[in-house]
Amino acid sequence: MTPIKTILAGAALALGLTSAAFAEGKVKAGYIFVGPVGDFGWTYQHDQGRKAVEAEFGDKVETTFVESVPEGADAERVMTQMALGGADIIFATSFGYMDSVLKVAKKFPKVKFEHATGYKRADNVSTYSARFYQGRAVIGTIAGRMTKTNKIGYIASFPIPEVIRGINSAYIHAKKVNPDVEFKIVWVYTWFDPAKEADAATALIEQGVDVIMQHTDSPAAMTIAEEKGIMAFGQASDMSKFGPNAQLTSIIDNWGPYYIARVGAVMDGSWSSTDTWDGIKEGMVKFAPYSDKVPADVRAEAEALKKAIADGSYHPFTGPLNKQDGSPWLKEGEVADDGTLAGMNFYVEGIEGDIPQ
Amino acid sequence: MLTLEKRAIPSRFWARSTPVLAVFMTMIAGGVLFALLGKPPFEAIRTIFWDPLFSEFAFYYRSQLLVKAGPLILIAIGLSLGFRAGIWNIGAEGQYIMGAIFGGAVGLAFYPAEGWYIFPLMVLAGAMGGILWAMIPAMLKTRFGTNEILVSLMLVYVAQNLLSSVSFGVLKNPQGFGFPGSRNLSDYPAAANLDLIEGTGFHWGGVAAILAVLAAWGLLSRHILGYQIQLSGQSPRAARFGGVEPNRLVWICMGISGGLAGLAGLFEVAGPAAQLTPDFNVGYGFTAIVVAFLGRLHPIGIVLAGFLLGLTEVGGGIAQQNLGLPAASIQAFQGMLLFFLLAMDVFSNYRLRWATTEVV
Repeated sequence: MTPIKTILAGAALALGLTSAAFAEGKVKAGYIFVGPVGDFGWTYQHDQGRKAVEAEFGDKVETTFVESVPEGADAERVMTQMALGGADIIFATSFGYMDSVLKVAKKFPKVKFEHATGYKRADNVSTYSARFYQGRAVIGTIAGRMTKTNKIGYIASFPIPEVIRGINSAYIHAKKVNPDVEFKIVWVYTWFDPAKEADAATALIEQGVDVIMQHTDSPAAMTIAEEKGIMAFGQASDMSKFGPNAQLTSIIDNWGPYYIARVGAVMDGSWSSTDTWDGIKEGMVKFAPYSDKVPADVRAEAEALKKAIADGSYHPFTGPLNKQDGSPWLKEGEVADDGTLAGMNFYVEGIEGDIPQ
Repeated sequence: MLTLEKRAIPSRFWARSTPVLAVFMTMIAGGVLFALLGKPPFEAIRTIFWDPLFSEFAFYYRSQLLVKAGPLILIAIGLSLGFRAGIWNIGAEGQYIMGAIFGGAVGLAFYPAEGWYIFPLMVLAGAMGGILWAMIPAMLKTRFGTNEILVSLMLVYVAQNLLSSVSFGVLKNPQGFGFPGSRNLSDYPAAANLDLIEGTGFHWGGVAAILAVLAAWGLLSRHILGYQIQLSGQSPRAARFGGVEPNRLVWICMGISGGLAGLAGLFEVAGPAAQLTPDFNVGYGFTAIVVAFLGRLHPIGIVLAGFLLGLTEVGGGIAQQNLGLPAASIQAFQGMLLFFLLAMDVFSNYRLRWATTEVV
């Protein structure tokens, strides 16, 4: 072992063994966020999860967080700083933290790490993510029913499997209830940039869309939709206060139960490295209340879909489905496996445009 | 009544002491800001300025200070030469990105070959990337008289989009499951820019920064080019009579600042950042502008300023974690530093006077 690793590991070991806090049963949980906790989207919901942990365990837990941490060297520094500060478990809530998590985890074998949306694990590194495509199926259905212009706008962030999966799922289900539906997709190459997101929303509206979905984190598009009098779906959290008339419903990322379970596992010593991909059934994917605009029959249809997904009787990616180029993907009744979904890099048949490379 | 009176010659005393005063004022105003946020002001200031250097875990934070200050100093040194000559390269961030793309691409092209020559080639390509990107505003300025501030700044956004494109396209990690970003360069021994002494944060970027500081100092105090640079900034007319060719100076200053920014980008992407991703750049190119001015465009001043900015960054992170300060308050704190510096500059050009005879 090189000297610095020895020092760091030694420090971690010392803290892990002698930390008075731990002896009292007080678990320290650190959260590292890629955006500001006030983004009302991705980071906001993770912070809600953190607060849920505090509410659940009260005095037995101490949480800290650092927000707006860029991926790369800064993330590594902040996580090291948390581990040195005696954190027992660290939640890293951005895909781009992946290599940094692995690097820091190696130096602090006693500290548990939880990496959201990643695919690299270690003895002290777990990964977790939500099956948001299930939620996209539900809002896709609603969008297909609600659109008058048959044009649905989609503000996409980065062409990664997570985002492509969401577009496909929403499209499949919109098309199912409305064969004339067309998707207009704008790539903004950012997770959080209110100005860019607003521009994208405006551009989509100019192309005639009357329903907007987004895979970015700010409520900017919702604000524009409200202004222009069209419909939109919130992202990650209930954005109805930004679009009281515009929001139809919203997919809500509900991390609280998972965070409580994992911190609890550290407390009772049962923590082990796992890979979690939960959805509607487990309550990781939830929804904001429907707006009054959504008629009863559409609500009933959406509710039935939620129920079917939750009890496992229906999978959002069920054949027959072709890829965009017309080549067959899933046969009649065949269901996509998690491996294919995790690496999804193609559009399904019917979506126009190319995935940017 | 207090009035401002223009000094015949800018005061050297004030020029030297304003950075120190600005830091002091920032501490006071920042303390007030933190207090208004309901956080203990003295503890916050201590956490930001003291803890990274002398706290229990300073052994780690000091290395991080070097990681932060290295690229800032390297870029700021290049910028300071141009700024002294009145050539405003605001697009160092773009040149930094292009250096990382060029240098990173060379490294990735050799993967998985081993060889001592790979890293030097990457360094060369990194510098070239930065220089070429800086040559665009230089050419447009010398040929068509365009404003280099605008052109260099706009090219940052072009570089940003190029970075995004290569991270998703030609330089994407083939084993990355379709996720954006190149292979991890720090895991590829021939291309890795690791700490020269493990755990110190001192990598080749640090070596380059030291060399750049020494070279800039020598240039400005001993070389005719340094004299021409300073003369052009202070009195362009006199410089022209003195035989300085303004266009040549534009090429040289843009080239040096672009090259150093490109180098910083390469050292970062092969080291601490470890891979090309759509947003691996964290604004060093912009922060370096602050560093250059805070350091009074003087090589030694820039070194001090680089470490100071690094300190607020590392200490800011600790303050966020320990005291729950919002990230935006740390950014505001850093902004105050530049604000007070510029505000205090009034004193080097003007003097305060009690005007007794004036009638209002």
